Amino acid sequence: MSEAQAGALAHHFADLEQQREASALGMWVFLVTELLFFGGLFGIYCVYRHSYYEAFSAGSHHLSWRLGFINTLVLIGSSFTMAMAVYSAATGRRARIVLFLVLTILLGSTFLGVKVVEYAEKIGPCLGDGPHTGCLLPGPRFDGEVLHLEGERAREAQIYFSLYFGMTGLHATHMIIGIPILAIIARMAYRGRFRPEWHTPVELVGLYWHFVDIVWIFLFPLLYLIGHH
Amino acid sequence: MTTPEAALPKTHYLNADYGWKSWLFTTDHKRIAILYLVSITFMFFLGGAYAVVIRLNLLEPTGSLVSAETYNKLFTAHGVIMIFFFLIPSIPATLGNFLIPLMIGAKDLAFPRLNLLSWYVYIVGAVFTLYALVAGGLDTGWTFYTPYSTVFANTNVIAAGVGIFIAGFSSILTGLNFIVTIHKMRAPGLTWFRLPLFVWAHYATSIIQVLGTPVIAITLLLVTLERAFHFGFFDPNRGGDPVLFQHLFWFYSHPAVYIMILPSMGVISELVTCFSRKRVFGYNFIAMSSLAIAGLGFLVWAHHMFVAGISVYAAMIFSALSFLVAIPSAIKVFNWTATLFRGSVSWQTPMLYAFGFIGLFTIGGLTGLFLATLGIDVHVTDTYFVIAHFHYIMVGGAIMGYLGGLHFWWPKMTGRLYPEWWARVSAVVVFLGFNLTFLPQFILGYLGMPRRYHAYPPEFQVLNVMSSAGASILGVGYLIPMVYLAWSMRYGKVAPANPWPATGLEWQTTSPPPTENFPRTPVVHEEVYDYSAPPKEAALV
Amino acid sequence: MTGFPLFPERASTLATEVDALYLYLVVVSVFFSVGIALTLIVFAIRFRRRSETEWPGEIEGSMTLELTWTIIPFLLTVVMFVWGAQVFFHMNRPPDGAMAVNVVGKRWMWKLQHPTGQREINELHVPVGRPVKLTLTSEDVIHSFFVPAFRIKKDAVPGRYSVAWFEATKPGTYHLFCSEYCGTEHSKMVGRIVVLEPAEYQTWLAGGPAPVSPAAAGEKLFTELNCVTCHRADSGGRGPLLHGLFGKTVQLQGGETVVADEAYIRESILNPAAKITAGYQPIMPTYLGQVSEESLLQLIAYIRSLSAPSGEVAPPPGAAGGPTPSKAAGRDRLNP
Repeated sequence: MSEAQAGALAHHFADLEQQREASALGMWVFLVTELLFFGGLFGIYCVYRHSYYEAFSAGSHHLSWRLGFINTLVLIGSSFTMAMAVYSAATGRRARIVLFLVLTILLGSTFLGVKVVEYAEKIGPCLGDGPHTGCLLPGPRFDGEVLHLEGERAREAQIYFSLYFGMTGLHATHMIIGIPILAIIARMAYRGRFRPEWHTPVELVGLYWHFVDIVWIFLFPLLYLIGHH
Repeated sequence: MTTPEAALPKTHYLNADYGWKSWLFTTDHKRIAILYLVSITFMFFLGGAYAVVIRLNLLEPTGSLVSAETYNKLFTAHGVIMIFFFLIPSIPATLGNFLIPLMIGAKDLAFPRLNLLSWYVYIVGAVFTLYALVAGGLDTGWTFYTPYSTVFANTNVIAAGVGIFIAGFSSILTGLNFIVTIHKMRAPGLTWFRLPLFVWAHYATSIIQVLGTPVIAITLLLVTLERAFHFGFFDPNRGGDPVLFQHLFWFYSHPAVYIMILPSMGVISELVTCFSRKRVFGYNFIAMSSLAIAGLGFLVWAHHMFVAGISVYAAMIFSALSFLVAIPSAIKVFNWTATLFRGSVSWQTPMLYAFGFIGLFTIGGLTGLFLATLGIDVHVTDTYFVIAHFHYIMVGGAIMGYLGGLHFWWPKMTGRLYPEWWARVSAVVVFLGFNLTFLPQFILGYLGMPRRYHAYPPEFQVLNVMSSAGASILGVGYLIPMVYLAWSMRYGKVAPANPWPATGLEWQTTSPPPTENFPRTPVVHEEVYDYSAPPKEAALV
Repeated sequence: MTGFPLFPERASTLATEVDALYLYLVVVSVFFSVGIALTLIVFAIRFRRRSETEWPGEIEGSMTLELTWTIIPFLLTVVMFVWGAQVFFHMNRPPDGAMAVNVVGKRWMWKLQHPTGQREINELHVPVGRPVKLTLTSEDVIHSFFVPAFRIKKDAVPGRYSVAWFEATKPGTYHLFCSEYCGTEHSKMVGRIVVLEPAEYQTWLAGGPAPVSPAAAGEKLFTELNCVTCHRADSGGRGPLLHGLFGKTVQLQGGETVVADEAYIRESILNPAAKITAGYQPIMPTYLGQVSEESLLQLIAYIRSLSAPSGEVAPPPGAAGGPTPSKAAGRDRLNP
């Protein structure tokens, strides 16, 4: 066992291979739990979209599909840079690991920035006194008229926006957690902690990041593209 | 077995290091198991204290010992604590954590630091929830049905929801750790079908923990958001559906009951085989039935909702599946019983608990069939019949298995023997007290006494008094082991490495084991549960 | 054993069915529990360890035994399932011509109204030998209407209707319990079902101030709320003709059809845009927030009573099978 290996091997594993396999399996199991976690929301979405199609359509049309599309491209791009980071780690290119991780962080932050813009547009009108026109936060100040809805339909649209904020909010939370982790991994890479034989943390965070990306790829059409032709 | 006086090993996991830091920052799975043991024991007695007040209140039909508000908070606290903070972690976090690496010949679980994190997460969740229960209380029932919990209750729903949400991650982390450990860290020669059934049971349990817990997490999160931000998923006045909550809630909470019973069944397999000195009859069937229960357990949730407003056809499907999920449990009971045939049956304490389990779990499981039967469920759902049913399984089943396991592995964990006669006496007291408490409740339920009632019609009083009397006996039965187990840690006879003796890798190392479990990695050549000859004496020491 | 009952009284036609099924399960359960317990005891004694050096040796498993004790219990459970489903079907199919009683649960009381108008709180007087169909809902949280003596139970869920029915067979007074936890006074949300001989029931009906039947109350509301402006008695109104509508299949815009049952009418009043009748404009305003659950039930009773212009009478209450959770019934469709 080389000295380099000795540093990375935890005491309870027989060899690096076992450790790597265990870590990877652990991350996959964790991602399955995330699937079920989001799954509950997706289930609720399906139920209510079936019942309240028109209100969901109206809500969806009100979102900016352009911003959503940009965000989708940004996130797919970040998955690409993430994959490149893993590849760089596997091929021992220290500087490139850092570069690609930093790019991933930047793209992820861009995504969050766009989200802030979108949220501000919908939540801004809800604050303070005044008519709250355009407020789309579910609750007493919700303004259904901006969606051309009233009465029961407006209530149904509140459910749509509850799901919009709930699902994108949960997704954004996962990114807000992921970005500092990426930073930590980038720092480890900068310090030369990874080598082709062992770069498990990069692989694991890559799995996580791809998962977060895939969730968005489902969220985008479900929330932004209802009834679009 | 006449042995020379056993001596404690010079170093073992308990004396390897001293001081609070060595415990609170440990990554040794055995120490983490002890941390959990202390925590869940505390929670058990806290939840039990609530039960005592409940049963005292129910001595009188007017139920005026406490006010209605207080009573509602009592049964809610009892349920929340017992389910989320005692039963769900109990065996996996204590016995599972301690034994799984030992049983598979590993030095630790796959992720020791995640293991410690899971305990801290549990503690944080417990603190949140206890705060909610104590500062004002919670009165929604552990089931949090909407729209009561989201709109009408004016108790600490959000704090409790957050606390349980956090504690759920503890469960997920434990399950994740076990799955990876069992897959990747078995000793050479230890194939799947040489694994002790305790390990199989925990593997199946971990699958449920990993798949089910996230759903309750999101459900409670939504209840919290609904209460805080008026989201409206479950409120008919805002376009939501209260029954949708029930679907989401029971999607986890039904499999959760299998989280609570499967590990105990794993313990029983170990006890029955060791104390009959025979390989378990139908090993493959028992192993596979654990997986079947885990899988089928996800398909039956709406049997809690037969009168809640689901369609007749949906009800029929869930009823049929509920009968299916009962069959693997029946298979286990028959196999355990058959294991005694032509065995060498000892009546030591762990085996007494195993006997109790098999008898009481059988009753509990059979009464589950009453609930799966649509025509009967309409009458007995939401009555004391259901309460009796699940207490037979949870208390008569799961807790008896837990106590049996605790006694069986006590020498391994502490290096001491518990006092056998005191232990047998309390096992009998528990058995008698339990039946007196809960058997009358079946009758009460069929007579029509609804659950969660603090006051009831006078004609139900006799049965309630019987039940409360039983509860007092049961309480005593649980207190006695606390005393003698604590006593034994200091004054108990020193245990040899393998006092029973039993097969299994955990018995091949010292009692207590060293921190690294085995001085060198075991290699397994034999089949599991080979009692044709005496198990080797601590060959790996 | 009069001093120690194991069963509640049997006071409905369903009770005997349920108890028979229960008895089957009790017999099977006792058989297996006692069987297992005895076997364990016998084995534990007969094969008791006599010396510490006993090592009994292997017994192979037995596929025959495994199959036997899997298949036989399975078959026993098949009987339970089929019989149970049969009883359940019976419980969920109110007979035609049942007397329709409206029930609204509210924290912490039951409000009931007879088809002839009498209102009761926490009590329900019914005649023996006549099927009674309960339409249940709640004004606030989920409650559950439970009468042990009749072996019936159904949740009263806010925002939807549920149905239970019974036919009392024995005069007497029986417990009514709320059996879904609903807050502080859940234990006090109890009442009585009073079953009377038919003659006594008539006497009871006649006593008290002349009641207004739900249908008559509904007619009054129909005018007060100006429904009559668009839903005229001839077919020239801006809204669909309601006479003879109840129980018929309605063609909606977009091609779907729906049966005009209680749930449909309730939804049309609260959320008119959800289902537009084919050929009509979506101009009906919503009455959400302006009508209570009881008023809704009364309007429904009125609309049900409207006979078709040709003199054809709408199907009698209960004929449509009640507000079954059909796929097209608004929020009710949220059943799997």
